[in-house]
Amino acid sequence: MGKTLSEKILSAKSGNNAGAGDIVIASVDLSFVQDTTGPLTVIQFRESNLKKLASPERTAVFIDHAVPSPTRALSNDHLVLRQFADETGAIMSDVGEGVCHQLVAESLARPGDVIVASDSHTVTAGGLGAFATGMGSSDVAVAMGLGKTWFRVPESIQITVAGQFQRWVSAKDLILHLIGRLGADGATYKALEFGGDGIKEMTMSQRFTVANMAVEAGAKVGIFPSDEVTKAYLVDQGRGTDYQPVAPDAEAVYEQTIQIDLDTLEPIVARPHTVDNVALVRELKGTKIQQVLIGTCTNGRLDDLEIAAGILKSKKCHAGTRFIIAPASRQIYLDSLEKGYFRTLVEAGATILPPGCGPCLGLHQGALGDGEACLSTSNRNFKGRMGNPKAFVYLGSPATAAATALTGEITDPREVV
Amino acid sequence: MLRGKAFKFGDGISTDHIIPGRHAHLRSDLPELAKHVLEDADPTFVSRVGEGDFIVAGNNFGLGSSREHAPLVIKMAGVSAILVKSVARIFFRNAINLGLPVLVCDTDGIDDGDELEIDLSAGTVRDITSGQKLTSGKIPQVMLHILNAGGLIPYIKKHGDFKL
Ligand code: SF4
Repeated sequence: MGKTLSEKILSAKSGNNAGAGDIVIASVDLSFVQDTTGPLTVIQFRESNLKKLASPERTAVFIDHAVPSPTRALSNDHLVLRQFADETGAIMSDVGEGVCHQLVAESLARPGDVIVASDSHTVTAGGLGAFATGMGSSDVAVAMGLGKTWFRVPESIQITVAGQFQRWVSAKDLILHLIGRLGADGATYKALEFGGDGIKEMTMSQRFTVANMAVEAGAKVGIFPSDEVTKAYLVDQGRGTDYQPVAPDAEAVYEQTIQIDLDTLEPIVARPHTVDNVALVRELKGTKIQQVLIGTCTNGRLDDLEIAAGILKSKKCHAGTRFIIAPASRQIYLDSLEKGYFRTLVEAGATILPPGCGPCLGLHQGALGDGEACLSTSNRNFKGRMGNPKAFVYLGSPATAAATALTGEITDPREVV
Repeated sequence: MLRGKAFKFGDGISTDHIIPGRHAHLRSDLPELAKHVLEDADPTFVSRVGEGDFIVAGNNFGLGSSREHAPLVIKMAGVSAILVKSVARIFFRNAINLGLPVLVCDTDGIDDGDELEIDLSAGTVRDITSGQKLTSGKIPQVMLHILNAGGLIPYIKKHGDFKL
């Protein structure tokens, strides 16, 4: 009987012949924390008496959620993390470097790795073929100290993608469509395993967008096989030797298979206050938007900024709409400067924030006022998410976001270009 | 045997309902953070809940973030167990890791304010107010070990490793 990608990776990392439903103890290739969940991880680590990291060079601490720190309390949390990295030898990524998941994708994740971190969007690295999943502070503290953790091997849902994206339709529309079909708990405890001819053409950035939001359907991982695109990306990042082919067996057993035809997809948004509350962009025409955010670990990459700059070139954003951009990493920031995207976007009216999470979690910068609505390229629109339970968050693609910034109301990008 | 009052919530209670990101600056002041538990779902909850009471909710409880602060503040508020129709994966693991039991059962028949009695080892819930009796799904063995040790950190402190 063949194995799914998850079963293969967890078999290799646990030394067992693991199948869906089994409990295994697997070695962990990379663990990391960020600044909102990291301080509790440090407390749990100290409390557990584990003392040393299993492998400091494969353990990382990211300060990305509240950057630069807006308050004294958060600055003190940052101090705790810097001191922990200092004491243990963990990799330290400080203010200005960018969002953990983007940096992990750029520099640390490898196909076939098991990755755990105290952030639910750790699933992003599934785009590279890693079994990557979010856990809480206690689990990550123990994984850091022991270099292993326990897993229930997930059942997998196969997502077979065919065709090609139409112009102005992108990976974000694909994953919103899928979450709309599955529901916010449709994949709870399960793996989403992507395959089919349609993924072969997808860039790494697009794969990261899709993998990133697997958790919004409740999934444990959202995973892609590795291929030539993966290899080229790793070579480009100066780590071609990290490449390893990973793929499911041909006779792998899936719990169900869902077919998606990219040719038929249209721009989609998720309406407040759940990610599975999707609608076609054109159905929401006329919905007024006071703030647009392009950024986050979902869609804050160079190609996302390129799309926005393409739509907004020599144009001005709507006067009633604040347009905020938070690039996902320093590398993206620099590339965007060099390519002139930032000039175009700032001329159109955008405010550029430092690399990091920006307004995504409502902690600082870009918090919404009562009754205001934001169209964001992020991954979550829960009530209160952007700092105010009386505000409304719509999730959409970078193209939809840029078109919306232009008109001040939810707009199908195909209408303005 | 646990005994307390049911506080009823609906489906899809997210970690942002439980403890929103805007309070992240309080995460190093847990008693202060705990004053905001579930405030975006029911602002009166924290003033009404008592030691040993239960959260009773619908589907996909705890979806969203990996923040362990979510079950932590629930526990700090005095809640002794969570009863749900279904629970999000990370939240489930986090709650057990903190020694906070989550029972999966059909919660539709339990009303807000009902007096409940829970037998964790038998996996049974008795609604004293309605007279109804419920059985909960089994907690996986590995999680029971962790729960019985009082949580993951006490477990590791005791065993130094996973002894499953
Ligand atoms: S960008 Fe948003 S979703 Fe991504 S890690 Fe930061 S807060 Fe979480």
